[in-house]
Amino acid sequence: MEFLSQPLTLLTFFPLLGVLALAFIPGERKNLLRWTALVTTLVTFGLSLWVLSMFDASNPSLQLGKPYDWITVAGWNIQYHLGVDGLSILLVLLTAFLTPISILSTWTAVEERVKDFMMFFLLLEVGMMGVFLAQDLFLFYIFWEFTLVPMYFLIGIWGGPRRIYAAVKFFLYTMAGSILMLLAILWLGIYQQTFSVPEMIAKGGIPNGVQFWLFLAFTAAFAIKVPMWPLHSWLPDAHVEAPTAGSVILAGVLLKMGTYGFLRFNIPLFPQAAVQMAPWIALFATIGIIYGAAVSYAQSDVKKLVAYSSVSHLGFVMLGMFALNEQGIEGAILQMINHGLSTGALFLLIGMIYEQTHTREIKVYGGLWKITPIFGTIMLIASLSSMGLPGLNGFVGEFTILLGAFGSQAIGSPWFAGISAAGVIMAAVYILYMFQKMFLGPTGSIVEEVKHHGHALRDLNWREILTVLPLLIFIFWIGLYPKPFFDLMTPTVHNLVAALPLP
Amino acid sequence: METHGFAFLAPWLIFAPLVGLLLNILLGGWFMKQPWGERAIGAIAASASGAAFVVSALLAYTVSAAHGELMTVPFAQWIHIGTLELDWTFRLDSLSTTMMLVVSGVGTLIHIYAIGYMHEDVRFKNDIPRYQRFFVFLNLFIAAMMILVSGDSYMMLFVGWEGVGLCSFLLIGFWYDMDTLGRSSWANSNAAKKAFITNRIGDFGFLIAGFLMFWRLGSFQFDQVFAAAPALAASDHTTIILITLFMLIGVAGKSAQIPLYVWLPDAMAGPTPVSALIHAATMVTAGVYLITRSAPLYTLVPEAQYIVAMTGAVTALFAATIAVGQYDIKKVLAYSTISQLGFMVAAVGMGAYVAGMFHLITHAFFKALLFLSAGSVILGLERGHHHLAHGHGHGDHHEEVFDPGDMRNMGGLRKTMPVTFWLYMIGTLALAGIVPFAGFWSKDEILLDANLHYTGVYWILTIAAFLTAFYMGRQIWMVFFGEARHEAAAHAEESPAVMTVPLMVLAALSVLGGALNLPFEGFHNLTHWLGHTLGEVEAMPLNGVVAGVSTVLALTAIFVSWLLYGRNPLKAGQPDPLKKPLGLAFTGMENKWFVDEGYWFAIVDRYVDIARFLADKIDWEFWHDFVHEKVIAGTYNWLSNSALNEGLDKRVIDAIANGLGKATQWLSGTTRKFQNGFVRSYALSVFLGVVIILGYLLLK
Repeated sequence: MEFLSQPLTLLTFFPLLGVLALAFIPGERKNLLRWTALVTTLVTFGLSLWVLSMFDASNPSLQLGKPYDWITVAGWNIQYHLGVDGLSILLVLLTAFLTPISILSTWTAVEERVKDFMMFFLLLEVGMMGVFLAQDLFLFYIFWEFTLVPMYFLIGIWGGPRRIYAAVKFFLYTMAGSILMLLAILWLGIYQQTFSVPEMIAKGGIPNGVQFWLFLAFTAAFAIKVPMWPLHSWLPDAHVEAPTAGSVILAGVLLKMGTYGFLRFNIPLFPQAAVQMAPWIALFATIGIIYGAAVSYAQSDVKKLVAYSSVSHLGFVMLGMFALNEQGIEGAILQMINHGLSTGALFLLIGMIYEQTHTREIKVYGGLWKITPIFGTIMLIASLSSMGLPGLNGFVGEFTILLGAFGSQAIGSPWFAGISAAGVIMAAVYILYMFQKMFLGPTGSIVEEVKHHGHALRDLNWREILTVLPLLIFIFWIGLYPKPFFDLMTPTVHNLVAALPLP
Repeated sequence: METHGFAFLAPWLIFAPLVGLLLNILLGGWFMKQPWGERAIGAIAASASGAAFVVSALLAYTVSAAHGELMTVPFAQWIHIGTLELDWTFRLDSLSTTMMLVVSGVGTLIHIYAIGYMHEDVRFKNDIPRYQRFFVFLNLFIAAMMILVSGDSYMMLFVGWEGVGLCSFLLIGFWYDMDTLGRSSWANSNAAKKAFITNRIGDFGFLIAGFLMFWRLGSFQFDQVFAAAPALAASDHTTIILITLFMLIGVAGKSAQIPLYVWLPDAMAGPTPVSALIHAATMVTAGVYLITRSAPLYTLVPEAQYIVAMTGAVTALFAATIAVGQYDIKKVLAYSTISQLGFMVAAVGMGAYVAGMFHLITHAFFKALLFLSAGSVILGLERGHHHLAHGHGHGDHHEEVFDPGDMRNMGGLRKTMPVTFWLYMIGTLALAGIVPFAGFWSKDEILLDANLHYTGVYWILTIAAFLTAFYMGRQIWMVFFGEARHEAAAHAEESPAVMTVPLMVLAALSVLGGALNLPFEGFHNLTHWLGHTLGEVEAMPLNGVVAGVSTVLALTAIFVSWLLYGRNPLKAGQPDPLKKPLGLAFTGMENKWFVDEGYWFAIVDRYVDIARFLADKIDWEFWHDFVHEKVIAGTYNWLSNSALNEGLDKRVIDAIANGLGKATQWLSGTTRKFQNGFVRSYALSVFLGVVIILGYLLLK
C-alpha cells in the first residue's frame, strides 16, 4: 500500500475524502456542504502547490511517481502509474486552481440539491487530475471516461431548460470518439506488451502505416473533446445549458484534456504520423480559428458567443502544438492555461450577471459599465485577455503559437499562421461587439425590467470579486512575466521536439 | 552592462504614470467626495506625467553627455523559448529620448489643461464621478506610449503599440453612453470600436512583418535585426520588401494613412484633450517613429521607400481635400492631422528621417495647441449656451439640439474669446507654414527633400500645403470673424487660466520650435542630435525657390479663403460659398468622398452577412440541426426502436437492464429527471457495450 502515500496519489484522490465527508452531512445544511467542498478543494490546491515545490523544473522526465503493477492477466501489463512532467504540471495546477473558484461561484447560484452537486464536483476533480497524471494508457482511459459521468449529471441536473438533451449529447459525442481510442489502446497494449506510456515511447518501432491509423483513432477521441472543427457541435449546447461552474470547468479544464491528449500521446507515441499529419491538423485548426471567430460574432446569446470563441481559441492551441517546434508547443501549453483563465473568467462573470437578470440575450443589455463599474472593468480585462492584448496573458500564448507555426518545418508553410493571424482581428470584432453591446451605449431594457421585479442591478459583491480576482492576477502575471511558467515546461518540450523525425 | 548617468531611471518612465493611475484608482473614489477632490486627482495625474518628463529630460541629458552613445537598460526577461529571446529592455538613444520628451512634455501640458476642461465637461454631460476615470486612462496612455518609444525590440514596441490602441479605445469611448452632443446613443462607442478594430488590422500587418523578421533575420531586437538585414537584402530582396510593406500596414493603421485612416475622424468623439494628446500629438505619430526606427531596413529597399512616400503624399492631399469641406471644428483638425501625418510618412519614406521627426515635433506643438484651443472654443460656446438656457428660464424639455463644435454656429468669437483667438491664430500660422513659425521650417525641410528625390511627391505635397493654408484660413474666418451665427456664440465666455496657460506654453513652442533645426550652417541641431542614432544625415541648406513657392502659395491660399469667407462672412443658414463653384466635388469633400459608406458596403456588411450565414445556415441549420439531429441521431433512433428495441432489446437486454436497475437504485434517485426512453436506451446501451468489451478483453 506504499503507493497510497505517493504525493500524486494524494493529490488525485484527496477530493474523495471530501465526498465521504459530504455523505455524512445532512442535505439541508447547505452552507456546511459548501464550506466542506470549498475547503476540500482548497486543500487539494495546497497539495498541488506542494507537488509544485517538489517538482524539478530542470528535469525533463516524469517525476514524483513510479509504476506499480496493477492488473497482470493473460500477458496484459497494466500499471498504476501517476507521474508529472513539464507537459502536465501546469494543467494539474490549473485544475486544482479552477475547482475551488468554480465552487465559490456556486455559493448562491446553486440552491437545489447542493449535496449532490458538490459530490459530483469533487468526483470530477478526481477524474481530471487522474487524466493529467496517469502514465498508463489503461489507467488514463478509466479516468478519461470517468470524467464524463459527473459532468453528465452536472449539466443534466443543474443545467438550463434543455439540459438533458445537452447532457446526453455531451456524453454520447465524447463516448463515440473514445471507443475508437479504446480500440487503439488495446491494440497498442497487445503489440507493445505494456500499457505504460514511457515504456511504449522507449520501445517505439511502430510501423509507419500502423502509426497513421493509431494516430487517427486517438485523434477521434481528442479532436471531439477539444473540439476541433468540424466536431464542435456538442459544445454550444453543453455550454449554454451547463450551470456556470460547469461551464468554467468544461472550458477551463475538460477541453484541455483533448489538447493534452494530443501532446501526451499522439506526438510522442506516433512521431512519424504526427509529423506527417501536421499540415492537416494545421489546416483544420486554421479553419477552426477563422470559422469559430466568425460564427461567434453572429451570436445573440452571450454564452454561445464565448462557446464559439473557444473553438477559435482551441484552434490556436492545436496550430501551435502541431508546429512541432519549441515556440509552438510551449505557446500551445501556455495558451491552454490562458484559455482556462480568460474564458473561465468570462463564464464566471456572465454567470454573475445571469444570476441577477436570468437572460443571456446580448441585446437586452447595454450601458452596464455605468451601473456596475467594477463588474464592467473586470469584464473588460477578461475580454482584453481573451482577444490577446499584449501585456496580458492571451498575447503571450497567441504570439508564440503564431510565431512557431509561421516558421514550422512540420507544417511547412507560413500561410496557415498568416491566415490564423487574421483571427486576431476577428477576435477583436466579436469581443468588442460583446463588450460594447453589454457595457457601453445606452442603458439596456433589462435594467428597467430587473427594477420592475423590485431590486436594482447591483455591482459585484466581495465574494464575487474574490472569485475572479485570482484569475485576474494570473492574467497580468503571465502577460508581463511568463518566465516562471515557461521555465516549468521548457526541458520537457525540448526533449519532445528533439525526438521528432522532422524533415 | 554598466549604466551611465541617469540611465538607471529608465523604468520610471513607465512606473511614474503607473503610480499615478494606481493612486487615482485607489484613492480617487474618496477624493471625489471631497470639495478639492478633482484638483487632487488632476494634480496626481499631471505630476505623474510630469515625473515622466523629468525622467525623460535626465535620460536625454545622459545620452547627450555620452555624445549620443546608445545605452540599453535591461529590466526583466519576457519570453525566452529556444532562439526566441524577448526582454523588457529600455533603449536610450537620441531618437527614443526625443520621443520621450515630446510625449511626456506635451502630455503633461495636456494633463494640466484637462484639469480645467474635464471639470466643465463632466458637468455639461451630467456625470461628475467619471472625472476620476479620465485621468486614470490618461496616465495609462502615457505609460503605454513610453513602452512604445523606449522598447529595445519590435515586440516591446508592439506592447506599447497595442497598449496605446487600448487607451485610444477607452478615451474615444469615454462618453460611451452618448453621442458627441450628449444624447443617449451608440455613436461614441461605435467610434471607439471602429478605432480599435481598424488598428488591429494594422497590427496584423505588424505581426506578419515580425514573424518574417524573426524567421529570416533571427531576432526582434533592433540592433540584431539591423545587423542581419544587409546580408538578407543581398540574397533575398523580396523578404525585406515584404517585411517593410507589412510594417507599412501597421503604420497605416496607427498613423491613419490610406487605406486605414477612417478611424481618426470618428475618434474626435473623445474629449478634446484626448484628441490633442492621442489623436494629434503623440500616438498617431507612432508609425512615423516606427519607420524612423527601422531606417536601416527601409534604406535597403528603395521600392518600398517609394511606396511609403507615395502613401504619405497621397494621404496628405486626399485628407486635405476633405478638410476643406468639413463644418465641425474638430473634424477639420482631424483631417488636417491625417494630412500632416501624410507629410511625415512621405518624409520618412523618402529617407528624410530628420525632416519627418522635425515635423513630428513641431506638429505636436501646434496641433496640440489647435486642438486644445478648439476645445476652449467648444467649451466657450457650451458656456454661452448654458448661460442662455438658464438666463431665459427655458424648460429642459424643449431644449434644442445644439452642436457647440459646428463652425456654422460660431462667428465673431475674437471679441468674446480674445485669448483663445490669438492662440488659435498662432497655431494656424504655424500649421499653414508661414515664416517664421515652427511649421514653416519643418514642412519646408520635407518639401526640400521631396524636391530633391521625388518630383511627383513634391508636387502632391505642395498642393496639399496650399489646401492646408486654405482650410485653416476658412476656419479662422468662420470661427473668429464676422458676426455670431448663433446666440450661444454671441454669449461665449473665455476659458480659465488652468486651460489657457498650458496653451500659451504650446503657443511659444509653436512660434519658436523651428529653432530646433534651422536650415543655416551651425543651426542643424536636430540633424546633428538624431544623427547619433540615424547615422550621418545630410544637412539641408535653405532653398530659396522651394521656400519661396510654398510661402507664396500659403499666402495666396489664405487670401483666397479671405475672399470667400472673410470678405463676406457667412450668414446663419447660408450654404458654404464653395458649394456652388465646386458643385459635385464639394459634395464629395463634405461627405468624405463616401469612403466610409464604401467600406461599410464592401467590407463591414459583407462580414456581417458571412458571419450570419455561417452561424445560422451552416453551423446551426445544416450542421447542428440537420446532420446531427436528423441524420445521426435520427438514424440511431430508428435503428434502436424498430430493429433493436422490438427484437433484441425487449427480450434480452431488458432482463439485464432491470437487474442492473435494481443494483443502481441509489443512482436512479439522482437520475429521476432522466427517466425517459431516450437516455435510458442510449446511456445504458453504451455502458453495456463498454462493459462487454472490457470483460471480453480482460478475461479472454
